[in-house]
Order: sequence, then C-alpha cells, then structure tokens
Amino acid sequence: MAQELATRGGRDAAGQVSTGRPIEKAFTPAVDIFEQGEMTVILADMPGVAPDDIDVTLERQVLTLTGRVKRQAPEGYRRLSTEYREGDYSRAFTLSDAVDRKKIKADFRNGVLRLELPRAAEAKPKKIAVKAA
Amino acid sequence: MLHTRFDPLSELDPFAGMRHMQNEMNRMFGGPDPARRTTSYPPMNFWVGPDSIVMTAELPGLSDDSIDLTVHDTMISVQGEFVDQDSGDDLVWHRRERPKGKFSRSVELPFRVDANKIEARFESGVLTVEMQRPEEEKPKRIEIKS
Repeated sequence: MAQELATRGGRDAAGQVSTGRPIEKAFTPAVDIFEQGEMTVILADMPGVAPDDIDVTLERQVLTLTGRVKRQAPEGYRRLSTEYREGDYSRAFTLSDAVDRKKIKADFRNGVLRLELPRAAEAKPKKIAVKAA
Repeated sequence: MLHTRFDPLSELDPFAGMRHMQNEMNRMFGGPDPARRTTSYPPMNFWVGPDSIVMTAELPGLSDDSIDLTVHDTMISVQGEFVDQDSGDDLVWHRRERPKGKFSRSVELPFRVDANKIEARFESGVLTVEMQRPEEEKPKRIEIKS
C-alpha cells in the first residue's frame, strides 16, 4: 500500500530534485492507487510530459514521481484565455510493504504514468506449519 | 462578439475592484477554480494569431482515436470517455483521483473557422487543435491613398 508523504515546509520541500534544475512550481498529479494480488499499481496523470522527462525514484520506502513539462506556446500567437496552467509535476509516497525493486514496471502512455510495484518475497505472508507435539 | 472587456458600468460599481482582487487572489493561491473544474471538463487554453486560433486541452489517459472532435461554424466540441483498464473484484482501491466517465464540452470561437483546414494532434495527453479562418473572411488591409 502507498501512503502519501506530506511535504513539510511548503512547496520548496518537494521542489528539490537531485538531478537537473530544481522544480520551481510543481503540480500534484492526480493518482489512482490500487492493489491487485501481490501488486500495487499507481497511475499518475502528467499531461504534457515527454516519456524521457519522467523521473521515478525509490529510496528506502519513499517513492517520488517527478515530471518535467515542455512548455508549449505557439509561436506568433497571443494568449486568449487560460483555464489550466502548465508546470512540472511532483508527488511522493511512502510504501508500507517492501517492494521487489527488480520487478518494478514503469510505463508512460498518453500522459499517464503506470507503475507496477510487486511485493517483495520477504513481505509476503508466510504460512507457518504448526507441528503437533 | 465582444471585442473588448471594457465595461461601461464598472466605474459605478464600488465592488468591482474588490471582486477583481478577490478573483486575482483565488487565482494566485487557490489554483484552478474547483467549481469551474467540475462543470467544464476538459480545461482548455486558447491562443490567437492574426488568422488562426489554437486550442489546447489536457486529456491524460485518452488516445487519439477515443477523442471525438467536431467543429461547426464557430463552435468547437470535444467529447470522449475514460475507459477503466483495471477492473475486477480483486482490486482493492486506495485512491481514485483521476477523471472517470464521459465528458463533453463545446466552446464558441471568436470567428468562423475553415473546417477543411484544421490540424489536430494528440501528444502526451495534450490535445492541440489549430484552426484557420476561412480565406474570404480574413481581415484585409486597405491601402490609403494620399
């Protein structure tokens, strides 16, 4: 299961990423999280991000999703109306179960990141046989 | 069509300035207006050039063939449906924040567009539609003789 990691200290706390330029203004992507059998699946909406500009890191139990948006302002045009703003995405979760790092699958299609996190073998419930004396 | 946002009565309305400021504050701190978000999906941005207009809309999770785009005279309509890929009794949901179900939205454009000259792209969950003004309706520059 994934628990949201609340960032303390406002936006800046979430805004620093180890690689590349710091994120100035990060939006929180909408996510769907569900468990299916031995797998936790996270879907995150990050429209406007190219697949190469997505960064997923898992450090200990903290999973961080970041996406950098390529700003697109059509050349020679002026803004008429704005209902949504473009910006980078960032969101962090703490995972309560150990994840089998080697089997994590990440896929980015049509602006949605899909992460499949299989539970590690040691985190699976083990049945212990009780011997009769 | 209203070309300017000038409101002749605004001078007489003592609360106009206050409302304006409140709107600005909401915009700065509140992000997108939640009420507007639920009533009109998807959110759209518009850009205008001299003879064309560009619309962009964020539709993550859809694919180019699941978006229905129609243009008629001065009206652009976008329709579609989010299909849940993951379903079943064995799913245990923890969070469901992403949009679900059908949506439909129509927007009035500031001028008529040529239906044969529309370019639509769908890339990384963002729909971009470029529309041209019909040739005969383009504003003409008129020479002034001295």
